[in-house]
Amino acid sequence: MNWMFANPDEFAALFAEHTALSLLPTLIGLVAAVPLGAALRGLPRARAIAVVVAGIVFTIPSLALFVVIPGLIGTRILDPVNVVIALSMYSLALLVRSVLDALDGVPPAVRDAARAMGYSSLRRIVAVDLPVAVPVLVPALRVVAVTNVSLVSVGAVIGIGGLGRLFTAGYQRSYPDQIVAGIIGTVVLALLIDRLLALAGWSLTRWQRVTEAAA
Amino acid sequence: MIDTATVLLRVLEHLGYSGLALGIAALIAVPLGLYIGHTGRGSWMIAGANALRALPSLGLMTLLVLLIGAGVVPPTIALVILAVPPILSNTAAGISVADPAAVDAARAMGMTDRQLLRQVELPIALPLVVSGFRAAVLQVVATATIAAFVNLGGIGRFIFDGLALYDYGRVVLGAVLVAAVALALDGALALVARAVTPGRVGRTRTRPDSANERVGE
Repeated sequence: MNWMFANPDEFAALFAEHTALSLLPTLIGLVAAVPLGAALRGLPRARAIAVVVAGIVFTIPSLALFVVIPGLIGTRILDPVNVVIALSMYSLALLVRSVLDALDGVPPAVRDAARAMGYSSLRRIVAVDLPVAVPVLVPALRVVAVTNVSLVSVGAVIGIGGLGRLFTAGYQRSYPDQIVAGIIGTVVLALLIDRLLALAGWSLTRWQRVTEAAA
Repeated sequence: MIDTATVLLRVLEHLGYSGLALGIAALIAVPLGLYIGHTGRGSWMIAGANALRALPSLGLMTLLVLLIGAGVVPPTIALVILAVPPILSNTAAGISVADPAAVDAARAMGMTDRQLLRQVELPIALPLVVSGFRAAVLQVVATATIAAFVNLGGIGRFIFDGLALYDYGRVVLGAVLVAAVALALDGALALVARAVTPGRVGRTRTRPDSANERVGE
């Protein structure tokens, strides 16, 4: 703990870096997964292929991706972009399946009602399907965000990785205090993001509680 | 350069660390999960185990090496902590979602708790247990790579040595090997999952993450 109190500025900087490196891929994954999932629902064959590809992407260990991406796209090996790209791929792979599951769960009656009211399919997806899908989507998003927080620290072994750098530095200096500071920071960040996403999900699903109260 | 014997040794080391951790995790998580699922008590343990998922493995490994010394123990502890939550929550969920009608029928036939668990609930839960194990295998095999950071062997050796020697070919060899091992094990477990899913072949594919996402809540 001493290290944290002796170096508040450095700790805060690493915490901020860690936050950015874990939230950015989560956001990219979500923004890509929603339209992709919505589009794939109408294409059974492409959907089957996408699900298989997503499964394979998820199987590749993160460290392997971190070190191979520079060779593939020509970035420097110490570029944080590698970590962001790798984690975005995982986030997309996990979220696209959840988006598909979530959209599958929209009751056909709700969908038909929207169509009968004259909604175009795009408007129906945005205004009806997605809000109804939120309760399924948010738990998946929480898993992805928390996973990203812990995967970012693995990046420390190649010199990127926010709070994870306290692990490598503390290990090299035989200074457990610094590692403990890193662990506390990572866990706090993971719990914080998880709670915030849960709260966001809760406030996006007020309609659910209204229906339950009325029923 | 790197000969086949070295590659084989590193892969075997990797499988050794992973297998040891997965074995210990299964010994802890399966009985606990059976107990929680069967009795409905102790579900706080699942919440506790899920909170463990937030612990960064690299931090845990390096800290344990500094506290108890180098060797195979620190990575094993870190990997066990990684593997317990998915196996535990899937086992408990698998048992507790067993069709109440089937459970009642078994009780009406005079089955003891032990028989009920062994002959009814466990076979019903098996596909979910396997999918939890599959998720654990993926995470453990991926994370065993960083054991090389605390001076152990395994496939991670190629990645860390390659980075230190500016030998990118070696890095890529390590990355490809670890991905290949993960894919091969996942494929094998997918076949096991299919084999233990009676009468549901082709209808639902067990996926490592889907069950966890639901159970984690």
